[in-house]
Amino acid sequence: MNWISTFLKSSIGKKLLMGLTGLFLCTFLIVHLTGNLQLLKHDGGLAFNTYAVFMTTNPLIKFVSYGLYAIILFHAFWGLYLVMENKKARPVQYAAYNGNANSNWSSRWMGVLGTIILAFLILHMWNFWAQYKFGTVPYTQYERNLATGEVTFSPFTGEIAGKMEKFIDNQSGIEVTIVKDLYIVVADGFKAWWLVIIYVISMAALSFHLVHGFSSAFQTLGVNHKKYNALIKNIGVGVFGIIIPILFAIMPIYFLLLN
Amino acid sequence: MKINLKVWRQKNNKAKGELKDYKVDHVSPDMSFLEMFDVLNEDLITKGDDPIAFDHDCREGICGSCSMHINGRPHGPLAGVTTCQLHMRSFKDGDTIVVEPWRAGAFPVTKDLSVDRTAFDRIIAAGGFISVNTGNAQDANNLPIGKEAADEAFMSAACIGCGACVAACKNASAMLFVSAKVSQLALLPQGQPEAKMRVMAMVNQMDAEGFGSCTNTGACSAECPKGIDLSNIARMNREFFSANLTGK
Repeated sequence: MNWISTFLKSSIGKKLLMGLTGLFLCTFLIVHLTGNLQLLKHDGGLAFNTYAVFMTTNPLIKFVSYGLYAIILFHAFWGLYLVMENKKARPVQYAAYNGNANSNWSSRWMGVLGTIILAFLILHMWNFWAQYKFGTVPYTQYERNLATGEVTFSPFTGEIAGKMEKFIDNQSGIEVTIVKDLYIVVADGFKAWWLVIIYVISMAALSFHLVHGFSSAFQTLGVNHKKYNALIKNIGVGVFGIIIPILFAIMPIYFLLLN
Repeated sequence: MKINLKVWRQKNNKAKGELKDYKVDHVSPDMSFLEMFDVLNEDLITKGDDPIAFDHDCREGICGSCSMHINGRPHGPLAGVTTCQLHMRSFKDGDTIVVEPWRAGAFPVTKDLSVDRTAFDRIIAAGGFISVNTGNAQDANNLPIGKEAADEAFMSAACIGCGACVAACKNASAMLFVSAKVSQLALLPQGQPEAKMRVMAMVNQMDAEGFGSCTNTGACSAECPKGIDLSNIARMNREFFSANLTGK
C-alpha cells in the first residue's frame, strides 16, 4: 500500500484530496440548504423542528455527520497547510505583481476565503448546534388540524422523554407534536443585526470560494473537455456561487425583518 | 521616448539584490524590450559600470530564453509574446517600468535578471522523451496519426519552456510546463510505451525541484506566450491517476 501514500504525498495527490473533500462539502450544502429552507415555512417551526429531530436522532445521519465534521476539518487544515507549502515555493516575492491581469482574485484568495468560512462555521456551530445539544432549549406544542392543515402552537412546560412526542387525537382530528424548539433559537438569534451581517458576509465569502472551488475541483479530477467545461463553470457560478449562498443569506435577513 | 526603469540588480546567487533606478533616453518605439536593454547596457559599459545580465538567445520568440517579469507580469503586458517580441511602442513616453527576474525557489537567480532554469531540464531528463533505436528514421507515414491528435499534440509541443507559467503562478507551480511536455507525447502513439513511467517520473522530479502545487487560478495559461491550455494540466492529472492505479 506504499504507492497510495506516495501518490497522496505528490503535488497532484495533495490537491486531489482538496478537490474530493470540497465536492463532498458541496453536496452537503445542498442537503443543509434543503433542510433549512423549512425555516421559511409559515408553520411556527413545526417542519423545521421535526427535521432537526430527524437529523440528530437518525443513526445513519449521525454517523454521516461525524464523517462530515472530520471532512470539514480536514479540508480546512489541509488547505491551510497547502497554502503554506505553496508560499515556500516562492521565497522571494515580486516587488510588482499584477495578478488581476491573469487570474480571478477569488482563485488567488481561496485560503483567506476558506478561513473566513471556517471562522463562520465555528460561530455557526456555537449559535445553533451547541445550543441545541448543550443549551437550554424550550419545547413547543404544535396542534395541526388534519382536516384543514391549520397549525396552532404554544409553549410546552411539561416534560417529555426525548426530543419529540407525536400523537393524533382521533376525536378532534388534531395531530399534536411536542418538540424541542430550535426554530425559536434561530428566530431569537437573528434578532441581533450584527449577527445577521456576519452571516451575510460569510455567505459572500462562501460564494467567492465556490465560484472558483467547484469548477477547480473538476479540473483537478482531470474533468476538462470543451463539451462540458461550460456546464461545470455555469453550475459552479450559478448554483454554488449565486443561488445557494443567496438562499442561505435570505434566512437570517428574513428573521431580522420578521422582528 | 524616455523610459524610467527599476531593475533588479543582484551580483550573484548568494548576494542580496535590490531594485535600482535607470533612465534610458532616445528609446525608439520600434525597439524590442531587449534592444532597449542593449542600449542601456552600452551606456553602462561606457561609464564603466557592470552591465545588467539577462537571458536571451533567438530574439524571435521561439527559444524560451528571455525571462523578464515586467510591471508585475511575465513577458510584459502583451498576450502571446515573449519579452524579445515585446516592443517599446507598447509603453508610453516617460513610463516607469519595473523589471524583475522570474521568482521561484526552483529558479534561483544567477545574476540580475538571469535565473537558473535547469530544473526544467531535469524534469525533461526524468521522462520527457521517447526511446527509439538509432539508425535511419522510419518513413513518417508508417504510423498513421489522426489529424485531431496530431494538432492537439502540436499545440502542447508549442511550449518553449520559458518558465513564464512558473513566474505567473502565485504558487510558483510548474504544472503547465510539465503537463504540456507530458501531453505532447501522451497524445501520440510513439509516447504510449513509456507513458506511465513518464508521467510518474516527471511529476516526481517536478515535486523534488520545489515547485508549488497547482490551484487552478489559470494565471499560467493566461501569461503563456504560446497559449498552452489548462486542459493539459487536466490531462496530466488523468495520466498521473491512471499511472498510479495501473502502473508498476
